Amino acid sequence: MHADPRTVLTGTHFINGDAACCEGALAAGARYAAGYPITPSTEIVERFAARAPEVGGLFIQMEDEIASSIAIQGMVWGGQKAFTVTSGPGFSLMMEHIGLAAMTETPVVFVDVQRGGPSTGLPTLPSQSDMMQARFGSHGDYAVIALSPNSPQECFDLAIQAFNLAEEFRVPVMFMMDECVGHMTEKVVIPPADQIEIYPRRHTQKPPGEFRLYEPGPDLVPEMAHAGEGYKVYVTGLTHDRRGYPSLNPATQKELVTRLFEKIRRAADRLVMVESDQLEGADVVVVSYGITSRVAQRAVHAARAKGIKVGTLRLICVWPFPEKLIRELASKVKALVMPELNMGQVVIELERCAAGQCQVISVPHAGGTVHDPAEILQAIERGAQ
Amino acid sequence: MSTTDLHVHNPVEELLRQDRIPTIWCPGCGIGTSVNSFAHALLKQNIDLDKTAIVSGIGCSGRVSGYMNLDSFHTTHGRAIPFATGLKLARPELNVIVYSGDGDLASIGGNHLIHAARRNMDILVVCINNMIYAMTGGQAAATTPGSSLSTTTPYGAFEPELNLVQLVDAAGACFVARWTAYHVVQLERTLEKALRKKGFRFIEVLSPCPTYFQRKNNMGDALQAMLDYKKRSKIQHGCPTWETALTPSGPIIVGEFVDREREDYLTRMRKQLGPHYSEFPAQQEEHVSEGCSREC
Repeated sequence: MHADPRTVLTGTHFINGDAACCEGALAAGARYAAGYPITPSTEIVERFAARAPEVGGLFIQMEDEIASSIAIQGMVWGGQKAFTVTSGPGFSLMMEHIGLAAMTETPVVFVDVQRGGPSTGLPTLPSQSDMMQARFGSHGDYAVIALSPNSPQECFDLAIQAFNLAEEFRVPVMFMMDECVGHMTEKVVIPPADQIEIYPRRHTQKPPGEFRLYEPGPDLVPEMAHAGEGYKVYVTGLTHDRRGYPSLNPATQKELVTRLFEKIRRAADRLVMVESDQLEGADVVVVSYGITSRVAQRAVHAARAKGIKVGTLRLICVWPFPEKLIRELASKVKALVMPELNMGQVVIELERCAAGQCQVISVPHAGGTVHDPAEILQAIERGAQ
Repeated sequence: MSTTDLHVHNPVEELLRQDRIPTIWCPGCGIGTSVNSFAHALLKQNIDLDKTAIVSGIGCSGRVSGYMNLDSFHTTHGRAIPFATGLKLARPELNVIVYSGDGDLASIGGNHLIHAARRNMDILVVCINNMIYAMTGGQAAATTPGSSLSTTTPYGAFEPELNLVQLVDAAGACFVARWTAYHVVQLERTLEKALRKKGFRFIEVLSPCPTYFQRKNNMGDALQAMLDYKKRSKIQHGCPTWETALTPSGPIIVGEFVDREREDYLTRMRKQLGPHYSEFPAQQEEHVSEGCSREC
């Protein structure tokens, strides 16, 4: 189906990434949100609080991030699309409910506008240091999807994708922005509603008596029913059987947890979202995501001017990680260079997939600003030797 | 006489998930007793059960949602109220009931309790207070009175207990009451009244935990607890909530303490938004037509 034109602000705008993310959520059909103020993400909910009533939605400012991250799940089981927005310290507080959303297969979006950490860290300055937390932050085994935009335009476009993927796979989707992208103001083109594809809620067509809440479909994703529709749904964070009833034994645990992983793993090829340039014949490939991909461009141009064959690969969907693509790439190049605004997080996954086929060079950064392109250039030169 | 004739119909059967019975609760526990009163109240109020959702947190009382044949949500520890808040906001026509325990609602979830009362969110909260963390094996709670013994206070608790009815009253709840597992009829009537009211409603139900609280404190068995409730309880409707503190052996003040009128969150929101709020009927189904959609 297509987006509802009443929620889409079609036109050309000069707005920042936070505003664009808000418009993306609205275009995707999310008219409900809960949140707690935290820099540098607050502009998203400020805008949403003003916009939502116009389209019959609402924003509620909860007492903390713990409450926000579960209020949105109440909204979803009430039949709405909903999301919450935060940054590092708030993201830490939300971890338990990312696990709840994964376990109960609640389609929600968590937006994390990353800032420097650990702890209170650098409230107004950028980092990309929540990437591993986005993947592994909650206790227990589960899979998520994480997207990383690198421009205000992409904050709009990918926000829609985030909601669509949450609905399609019934997983919590992590929308991993950073302070730079959030506060960067650029041109954002919002297309007409009939050009925006929306993945609708996978609501069952079965009548209440015949419906089982966690009966996996052919793609392992179960259909959904909401509260108030006569289905008498039973939703629990306990290990549950196909009816949704608690069933605390190894067999049910195995079936459930395996399926939570498998529904994402099976679709891994489809979830490869990358942007690449001059990979063919490259000796070195710079692999990056988010704001760092734009900083790396300058280093890549400088390296090419020096005659080095450099390609670029930008990860748009970071989790699940494009394993196969990296494995193939690693077999063809001398080195993979990964700059990221953390002490080396996603590079661990890069190394695992490269599996010794080529050199993997991490270009870490503690955050607070972006890389000096010269650091990335040095790494490219080292890799090309 | 065939054996089927011996089947005694349980009047609240339709409200229970029969395939989930028996419950996990110990003999003598008051949670099931309170559920019986709750189920009777729901049936008497003739509420649309398809439009009624029950939300629990974690703990013995947190299991209530899963035994009720309603839309049941068994959420995380302490967070039933914010989940219920989201549910109510997204689907205002639902009757949303939070049913959970003292450790869940008042300790780990205490902040949410305060703020839901302050917002006057239109939900009914039933708080079973057994004065201890029972599910995890009898540890001290924020409601453990005086210097009671528990598995984590082997020398007696060093901190005073929280008076829940006073707390939610101060935070702005529009209906506040307390009964014990002994007062099944009174509890049922109060629940009926609370179900009819709009806004944040809070009912505390004192329940024995013979397995941990009563045993640890040499208070006898469940029957003794009932006798104790009977002897110590004083019904004082309208009693100022600051005079209702619970002590290990003093009187237990029960009754309906607060019944005030206050605009609930959604009513106030709609009123304040006025023309800025636009009703948003569901999107019309798209007509998918083959080929050119315009008349060429």
